Amino acid sequence: MKIDRRQFLQLTALGGGAVLASALPGCSMMPGAGEEADFYFVQLSDTHWGFNGPIVNPDARGTLPKAIAAVNALPVQPDFVIFTGDLTHTTDDGAERRKRMREFKQVVGELKNRNVRFMPGEHDAALDNGGAFKELFGETHYAFDHKGVHFIVLDNVSDPAARIGQAQLDWLKADLAKQSKDARIVVFTHRPLFDLAPEWDWATRDGEQAVALLMPYSNVTVFYGHIHQEHHHMTGHIAHHSAKSLIFPLPAPKSQPKRDPLKWDASQPYRGLGFREVEAETDKAKYDIVELPVVKA
Amino acid sequence: MKAALTRRQVLKMGAAAIAGAAAGASVFAQSERVIKVEARKWVFLPSDIALRKGEPVTLEFTAPEVVMGFNAPDFKVRTDIIPGQVAKVRFTPDKAGTFTFLCDIFCGDGHETMHGTLIVT
Repeated sequence: MKIDRRQFLQLTALGGGAVLASALPGCSMMPGAGEEADFYFVQLSDTHWGFNGPIVNPDARGTLPKAIAAVNALPVQPDFVIFTGDLTHTTDDGAERRKRMREFKQVVGELKNRNVRFMPGEHDAALDNGGAFKELFGETHYAFDHKGVHFIVLDNVSDPAARIGQAQLDWLKADLAKQSKDARIVVFTHRPLFDLAPEWDWATRDGEQAVALLMPYSNVTVFYGHIHQEHHHMTGHIAHHSAKSLIFPLPAPKSQPKRDPLKWDASQPYRGLGFREVEAETDKAKYDIVELPVVKA
Repeated sequence: MKAALTRRQVLKMGAAAIAGAAAGASVFAQSERVIKVEARKWVFLPSDIALRKGEPVTLEFTAPEVVMGFNAPDFKVRTDIIPGQVAKVRFTPDKAGTFTFLCDIFCGDGHETMHGTLIVT
């Protein structure tokens, strides 16, 4: 008998707890032979460490630690945690950029989960083509496999003109060529790969080429950041899900002339901020998203 | 007076016609609006640009500091603005209203507030 995390949580909510789960003969959260287990991961995004703007977030240095504590408090730890860019807030000073990245690493080092993955946003990488990010976090684009899902991290920020670039597109094409057409594929990017709001710089100049490469694959889902809010969009059969920020929310796409951050509401602190867990049902290539707040109401 | 024209007369008439056409083009070119815009950290000067619907315009950009971009997605025009060079975009606004343009090359601390408005009447 195999139970998934949701069933496990239901059981623990009923009072049986881990004792019940472990006491049932043959009951396990591990897959059987030849099976791929369902699992979940946590996406955090746009933490902008180093940002200073009390009008939009008077707790700029406290919000990320609170989110880390919230992840640590999850009843079952995720298989991995990913930060989808803008780890730090931009600065023209390269030394200050590295200092912010080191501080960020120290803060997220408090995560219980040791399987933590990073990717840059334009605030981290666009002014030095990803130089500081590579020094402190490693490659800006890469792929990895986890329990039957092929994950691809695309860098659409190290080029200040918001291009993925031909070299990376060639790499993507070669990486995809190794996958079957019905492979479970999840793509992480920072910017949207489609033209969500080009007048607000919410686009990737050659994103259409990446989508074209992904289109022949029947099970592709994209998770991204950049726009500081939850948003869901389809390009053909490919779903794109943006995540909330952990520093300030931005207005809905094109809802007002400028994309100015939403002001802090003292009566509802941390409103619009948060992170998400993504439950992967690998056999169905299905991803259930649960949005979680920085602090519980 | 002879009705037939000599080869020299034909050439003179042709030259005059070409000169006239060129003069006409010159008058047309002089009447077309050219607006100079400076892109500096982190503002376009001017940031509000008044245009007329149906009237061609050329925007001439310079950037004295770092590489910038100009992008007006509503009119599908953009250009890189490289220091030391003049970047030009020529287009004819085909709709009236106010339209945001922005710097679309990440250029530093104030990049995200570097935008302006095309006001088309």
